[in-house]
Amino acid sequence: MEIKEKESVVVRFSGDSGDGMQLAGNIFSTVSATVGNSISTFPDYPADIRAPQGSLTGVSGFQVHIGAGKVFTPGDQCDVLVAMNAAALKTQYKFAKPDAAIIIDTDSFGPKDLEKAQFKTEDYLGEMSIDPDRVIACPLTTMVKDCLADSGMDVKSMMKCRNMFALGLVCWLFDRDLNVAFNFLKEKFAKKPGIAEANIKVIQAGYDYGHNTHSSVANVYRIETKNKVPGRYMDITGNKATAYGFIAAAEKAGLKLYLGSYPITPATDVLHELSKHKSLGVTTVQCEDEISGCASALGASFAGALAVTSTSGPGICLKSEAMNLAVIMELPLVVLDVQRGGPATGLPTKSEQTDLLQALFGRNGESPMPVIAASSPTDCFDAAYAACKIALEHMTPVILMTDAYVANGSGAFKLPNLADYPAINPPYVPEEMKGTWTPYMRAENGTRYWAVPGRQGFEHILGGLEKDDKTGAISTNPENHDLMTRKRQAKIDAIQVPDLEVLGDKDDAELLIVGFGGTFGHLHAAMDEMRAAGKKVAQAHFKFINPLPKNTAEVLKKYPKVVVAEQNMGQLAGWLRMKVDGFVPCQFNQVKGQPFVVAELVENFTQLMNK
Amino acid sequence: MAYTQNDFKKGQPRWCPGCGDHFFLASLHKAMAEIGVDPWNTAVISGIGCSSRLPHYMATYGMNTIHGRAAAIATGAKVANPDLTVWQVSGDGDGLAIGGNHFIHANRRNINLNMILLNNRIYGLTKGQYSPTSPRGFVSKSSPYGTVEDPFRPAELCFGARGHFFARAVATDAPGTIEILKAAYEHKGASVCEILQNCVIFNNGTHDAVYDKAGRAKNAIYLKHGEKMLFGENNEYGIVQEGFGVKAVKLGEDGYTEADVLVHDAKCEDNTLQLKLAEMEWPVALGVIRDVEAPTYDDCVTAQIEEVKAQKKYHNFAELLETNDIWEVK
Repeated sequence: MEIKEKESVVVRFSGDSGDGMQLAGNIFSTVSATVGNSISTFPDYPADIRAPQGSLTGVSGFQVHIGAGKVFTPGDQCDVLVAMNAAALKTQYKFAKPDAAIIIDTDSFGPKDLEKAQFKTEDYLGEMSIDPDRVIACPLTTMVKDCLADSGMDVKSMMKCRNMFALGLVCWLFDRDLNVAFNFLKEKFAKKPGIAEANIKVIQAGYDYGHNTHSSVANVYRIETKNKVPGRYMDITGNKATAYGFIAAAEKAGLKLYLGSYPITPATDVLHELSKHKSLGVTTVQCEDEISGCASALGASFAGALAVTSTSGPGICLKSEAMNLAVIMELPLVVLDVQRGGPATGLPTKSEQTDLLQALFGRNGESPMPVIAASSPTDCFDAAYAACKIALEHMTPVILMTDAYVANGSGAFKLPNLADYPAINPPYVPEEMKGTWTPYMRAENGTRYWAVPGRQGFEHILGGLEKDDKTGAISTNPENHDLMTRKRQAKIDAIQVPDLEVLGDKDDAELLIVGFGGTFGHLHAAMDEMRAAGKKVAQAHFKFINPLPKNTAEVLKKYPKVVVAEQNMGQLAGWLRMKVDGFVPCQFNQVKGQPFVVAELVENFTQLMNK
Repeated sequence: MAYTQNDFKKGQPRWCPGCGDHFFLASLHKAMAEIGVDPWNTAVISGIGCSSRLPHYMATYGMNTIHGRAAAIATGAKVANPDLTVWQVSGDGDGLAIGGNHFIHANRRNINLNMILLNNRIYGLTKGQYSPTSPRGFVSKSSPYGTVEDPFRPAELCFGARGHFFARAVATDAPGTIEILKAAYEHKGASVCEILQNCVIFNNGTHDAVYDKAGRAKNAIYLKHGEKMLFGENNEYGIVQEGFGVKAVKLGEDGYTEADVLVHDAKCEDNTLQLKLAEMEWPVALGVIRDVEAPTYDDCVTAQIEEVKAQKKYHNFAELLETNDIWEVK
């Protein structure tokens, strides 16, 4: 047996939608994270809701990247592929590295299984040119049944434990401490100790099977932990982190959290998550349409709540009129756009960054709105918190952008302490202004005051018609409209956002890699690889897109070459060119609905440098 | 606290002289004073259109929002802040055309909103196009050869959406209007008040049969829960059942006597006869046609939150974090 010390390893669990691959993957990432490895995960669900069992379209995958140091992506390709049936091997093999270890359940490679997976012969390995030496072929189903023979369980229940055998085998491959997995299961099935016990038994059997029979065949990997940050952690998806960010901000601001929403992939999990937490006073309304989701949130904002609406690109199209109303009424509102492939219905389950210009400009009139983009699943928490803080303190709608990749992916989340987060202080109209206050009077930073209904002496009307700067009455005065337009713009421009940070060779880079939002990890991994190959490269990643950080021009103009890499046709590049005089970057654009592939980035960026 | 209509008045209305909105506004001011909810605990929320200017003339909190969305915006305001008394004001275009979806869903959910529908059967602000309540064949700027579509009947739409309250008044009839506004306020849940209102410029005379007192005496019936449905200048007419429907008859003719006249039941859960009443062309039914109690959405949302609070052990963000699978890196 060879023990390979590796910096990082990617494992992909794949099987039928019902095979429990997400759970196996989750437990494995938790087990790895517990020893201090860095993790990044990405679930890959089939588009069909209930594809036929064993069919090619019904395969579900869960990829986890574990690393000694920090990992930034779920990995381009995997070092270990678990394929629970023939269809999984057929569809998922393309995600495996040429020297990957492949674990298969030979019991699921019978003639019928092969036919469903569209294999032509029984030599499925040969058909796919897979070297048998790399394959850990085990009669997994049979062994699970044997292992649980005395349990009194029926066959159907036994079959549900197959994923745990695969997990046990992978744990052996990575020399993992099974106790963490056992504890996880004991907690998960606290109310069903019988199930926990069966699962634990099967994990152990998988581990022992690997140890006893394959120690001569496969590699055992060791991922030592470096740079551990002590603390308490949980695994969190981007959508869940976003929901948590909203909850945290509402608590900090002392406001009721209101979500108006309409189900839409890939944003719906935010509605699901927030709907669960009524014990925190969270109010969620599943509205009749996207329009009402946003409009009702705006009504809630007027009435004094922290108002949020969640959607994806097609929903933004419908919400834009109410977002615009929020702009002119100057009420706080957070609009979450979990981007997916477009235009129109496009690629609902896939990831893109094609809504940026829509977020910045997709409304009639001069309608400035702050735009924030989360850079990773865990960063969704901070980004959501920041979006709420800006909305409440500057009395403005804010667009929070994530994407399908960040929303569904997960990472190890160090439990935040709310006390460490900045206070949120909305500009409530001071009581002493009673009698003299009008709705568009502004605080020093240009922000309108908030007079929440219920306060005597501050009755007022807001609306979609232009208002007089002084009296708050409807006004069509040309000078006043020009003034109000400028004041709304100045209010957004005055928002303080953190400076753009430069990573890597910040003093002498020959190439600066620029991106925004969910591509951070891939761009960062590309930079690391290029630097490891001796290149001088730096990275600057935008989280705050409107207003841009103050040092934007300075950073962008400092380096001889800049590439703006994004999953659209050049929307950020265009925005930066509009805002930074004379800035002409190189561009890398890909609109495939899939995360970037680090190797492709490295190849392209390297070519760019050599030009 | 005792209020007068002046406590709810603000500004100088800018509607055309003679517009039905003026009459309605005056009634709303009076009704609010009689109801007695503080102006600062009241929100008046409208969409876009002539009648949607109304919140500008109210000394309460208010929003004059975007076309069609008043009911959706009012929904959020009421659910987020159930202590607020919310009046939603729309015209027939705002409420039933562009805002039709929100109108039906506010009714279906039974949100405690007082929903005013000012029906002049025309688009006034855009200068004279037919609306979803204009009758078939209606000639307007956008239908010079007459419309080829049937109108909505607001009551039918409200009932179809499982609405629990529907009342009707004529804008010029202050007592009748005030009465239904007060009933709408008292009713917990979505309360639709259809106000028949004249547009002097683009659809003058649309409600002529009932627009003045003399016309109403002849052509309208004031419905009162628990009372016999009699009408006419000397109560010489009555509403009787005929087959599956209702009809107006003259007492003493065709063998009908007062004993045959139906007693109005606004509280009846089955809306069949209420719908028949609402749809009568002669006489036009005024007053509270349907007023049935049902759980309101906003109450249920609040109750569910309280229920879950009592069930669950986590009540703040720090406790929420602890509900997850957590590991420690030392």
